[in-house]
Amino acid sequence: MSETYKATEDFVTFYIAGQLFGVPVLTVQDILNAQQITPIPLAPVEIAGSLNLRGRIVTAIDVRKRLGLPDREEEHSMSIVVEHENDLYSLMVDSVGEVLAVDSSSFERNPPTLDQRFRDYSVGIYRLDGTLLVVLDVNRFLDYGKRIEVA
Amino acid sequence: MDDLLSEFLTETNEGLTTLDMELVKLEQNPNDTELLSSIFRLMHTIKGTCGFLGLPRLESVAHSGENIMGKFRDGELEVSEKGVSLILECLDKIREILGVLEATEEEPEGDDSDLIARLNAHADGMDAGAAPAAAAPAPVEAEPAMGAAVEEEEEELDELERAFRDAPGPEEFAAMQAAEAAAQEEAAAPVEAAPAPAPAPVAEAPKPKAEAAKPKEPAKAAAPETSVANQSIRVNVDLLENLMTMVSELVLTRNQLLQILRTQKESEFAAPLQRLNHVVSELQEGVMKTRMQPIGNAWAKLPRIVRDLAHELDKKIDLVMKGADTELDRQVLELIKDPLTHMVRNSADHGLEMPADRLAAGKSENGQVLLNAYHEGGHIIILIQDDGRGLNTDKIKSKCIENGLATEAELETMNDQQIHQFVFKAGFSTAAQVTSVSGRGVGMDVVRTNIEKIGGTVELNSVEGKGTTFTIKIPLTLAIVSALIVESGRERFAIPQLSVVELVRASDNSEHVIERINDTPVLRLRNRLLPLVNLKSLLKLSTQEEDEQDKLRNDNFIVVAQVGTYNFGIIVDRVFDTEEIVVKPVAPILRDIQLFSGNTILGDGAVVMILDPNGIAASTGEIAVTDGDIGSLADRHLAKDEERVAMLVFKGGDEAPKSVPLALVARLEEVDMQKVEHSGGQYLVQYRGQLMPLVPMEENTVLPKEGHKPVLVFSDRNRSMGLVVDEIVDIVEDRMNVEIGAGKPGFIGSAIIAEKATDVLDTTYYLTQAFPDWFVAEGAADGSSGGRSRILIVDDSPFFRNLLTPLLTAGGYEVKAVDSVKAALQLCEDGKMFDVIVSDIEMPDVNGFEFAEMLQQNDRWKNIPMVALSSFASAADLDRGREVGFKDYVAKTDRDALLSTLNDTLAELKGAAA
Repeated sequence: MSETYKATEDFVTFYIAGQLFGVPVLTVQDILNAQQITPIPLAPVEIAGSLNLRGRIVTAIDVRKRLGLPDREEEHSMSIVVEHENDLYSLMVDSVGEVLAVDSSSFERNPPTLDQRFRDYSVGIYRLDGTLLVVLDVNRFLDYGKRIEVA
Repeated sequence: MDDLLSEFLTETNEGLTTLDMELVKLEQNPNDTELLSSIFRLMHTIKGTCGFLGLPRLESVAHSGENIMGKFRDGELEVSEKGVSLILECLDKIREILGVLEATEEEPEGDDSDLIARLNAHADGMDAGAAPAAAAPAPVEAEPAMGAAVEEEEEELDELERAFRDAPGPEEFAAMQAAEAAAQEEAAAPVEAAPAPAPAPVAEAPKPKAEAAKPKEPAKAAAPETSVANQSIRVNVDLLENLMTMVSELVLTRNQLLQILRTQKESEFAAPLQRLNHVVSELQEGVMKTRMQPIGNAWAKLPRIVRDLAHELDKKIDLVMKGADTELDRQVLELIKDPLTHMVRNSADHGLEMPADRLAAGKSENGQVLLNAYHEGGHIIILIQDDGRGLNTDKIKSKCIENGLATEAELETMNDQQIHQFVFKAGFSTAAQVTSVSGRGVGMDVVRTNIEKIGGTVELNSVEGKGTTFTIKIPLTLAIVSALIVESGRERFAIPQLSVVELVRASDNSEHVIERINDTPVLRLRNRLLPLVNLKSLLKLSTQEEDEQDKLRNDNFIVVAQVGTYNFGIIVDRVFDTEEIVVKPVAPILRDIQLFSGNTILGDGAVVMILDPNGIAASTGEIAVTDGDIGSLADRHLAKDEERVAMLVFKGGDEAPKSVPLALVARLEEVDMQKVEHSGGQYLVQYRGQLMPLVPMEENTVLPKEGHKPVLVFSDRNRSMGLVVDEIVDIVEDRMNVEIGAGKPGFIGSAIIAEKATDVLDTTYYLTQAFPDWFVAEGAADGSSGGRSRILIVDDSPFFRNLLTPLLTAGGYEVKAVDSVKAALQLCEDGKMFDVIVSDIEMPDVNGFEFAEMLQQNDRWKNIPMVALSSFASAADLDRGREVGFKDYVAKTDRDALLSTLNDTLAELKGAAA
């Protein structure tokens, strides 16, 4: 997807540990406040559980844990619901920001010095005024089946 | 694909299936004119539609087949096996062409002239001059017989079709429908509505004729067909699936609403919700019905298969199908089709004998395969029964050994039923010869797997010489299942009701108490030990501390689950009610957690995980899921003939661990010391309505007056005694190898059990303390051999076998104990040798005297000295014993005499050898 950005691209932004992230607006199904989540025993740590979203079962994934970051201090979290291969996933983030239209020309590839996990799950970086936006690669983020090949 | 073509394919395939069935029926009732007409019509429809769609190859094949059918019907040709075979061949060809047509939308190139020639030759066999394989149908001369009117009509309809074929394009579809309808039903009303003006009168004409010329019966039979055809429509399966999903969701939402309503005492929503409830229930039922299909659909191919099989194998087989209209879910039906077909083939091929063998066995020449389907409590039961030779247990045994599925020793301990289960093992086939039909060794295991995949079970019951019955139990539908909702570690889980056998509440006040063997919980349930798994620790929902607390808790719910033949209990915190749930697959991330089979949304909107009892069974230790019993038996046997014995390890008296063969212990009890009475120098307790003597570990010990003490209960016949111990430690399976002789009364000696020196209890000692006459009353003893001298003990009483085995092992003998003469002779056949045989006299079937006499005739074992064991040693017995070859005679109760006799006998033997 990185090759075909238009002049501007819309992203739903969110914060993880103070860092601004974004996912393409069209991939987002829903934004949720804290929900009643059923924990799933024996599941990988980052799987927070599953929840019922209008009759569909959504698997909740704690983005912090998946990225290997420390647990969030505040109880409250928000979630972004995305669809991946016909299943719904809710990405638990610290907070959800606004929808930003960003200029494609400000796109950069991941700096090679970036932390391995960030590099694995990031499409690239947008240079915004005063901050950087990390674009989360939802497909790779949720692709548990295949091992991520290290380039 | 072209709508027209796809519809044609669906319809023709259906037609062919019906034809298969009807033809087999016809072969049995060659004179059934109605059947003949119906077959002819079907054949004709196929041919007609082929012509219409411009498929010349199909048409010419179909036409030739129709030709023969026409002659059958008109009585010009007799219905013969050869004729039917030819027509079936013709149908296969059509099917083959259709297959290609479906894949490529093109009629494949190919030459069918050989088949057509044969078909025509057969048709001409009696009446030359039948039409050649041309595109134009050649109606056979009408006769004033039964079929005449129909025939005439067909002729007219052919004209009609031709007229349609020439009709302009836009009307094509309607025309085809009309033509089809006309061809299918004797007198077709829709024809009147056909666009072309010409055919209408023609079509109308046959109607009165048909009625006039034909007797009432066939006309009546045709009528309902017409109405059914008009009242049904074709619906895409996907659409139905979708509907089903939506209704499932609706049901869940309804459940949610009802749940909310329950919490509100008075609500204006109550009445409308009640109505909604009813409507939804009915809707659910209705939609379920749309997916329901009679099981007969899965059987449709079977008559043909069985017929072909009977031919190929030269057997006479009657296939009886009962309950063909039993309905079940389409999805389940699809999944059950192949296993069923396979099983019927198996029954016909392996199960049924050749006609000659059947006659020799006093059965009728015709073998019968019975299929029976019926509903039973939310399940469908399908029986596949044959009256053939039944499973040959010995053959299975030797096959098992050959294929390394089990060892001889293992098989010896199994009953027939258990041995029969081996046919479900991969790589198993008992057919001596691999026929094209079955015997390829892939089969029953696949059948079982497939059935279990849809939550079903398959059971096998076979009586040698009488036949075999397979019982398949499958759920009605997969979409909505009934599940038990339980709680563990504050989370709720669903367990499919199908695998739940019962619920048991275990608390101090109830009949059932969870006991622990080395921290492993077990439950005594109806005289069997039920392994338990704690769901909380299995799911890692608890910390160590919580686990400890749980152990002290004495109120537990146990869900007894069954997986195959393996039963186990799942300890949960709470049990709610059962709920109808819609099984949804879990996200791919979670698929490798084998404990869950899916997840669902409950009535209150919460998501819960569905537990998979298969997964739980598999994850709790080395349980082979499909054959739990057999697997554990296998573990018990070592390659060397040394038997492993389950030993109960306990503490009592001094600190050293003590043990006793588990088989000797009838029960473990906790006895309230307050209830113990002291009378006549004995401790007694009321136990199961009788007074049971209690014996302390060490003589003259005064039992405490309060508290509870574990008691090992020994029983034989109607008597029980309790041995009061301090603590039950563990159950260990180990080789019984008593190494050091006893230095103190009450012990046989010491053995290394679970890597610890353990005193092995001499039960005789304690038993005689409770009942001095215990052994006098008994009838049987078990002997074993040792001193690295091999002793064979033949005794039907497991009690004495278990008693003597450790005793003689302690005496330094290598002991093998069997329960009957038959088993002993088997060992002889297997080439085993022993130094001494110790045999009981009073045994069922063959007694000790007879056994000795038999051995006199046996070359291999003739010279083995025998010692008789009996509780009734009269002078006459002694004489008789010596007469038949017993070296010596020992009373069962006299251990010392037995040991010294063995010593003497062996010494004598060695002396003789030297």
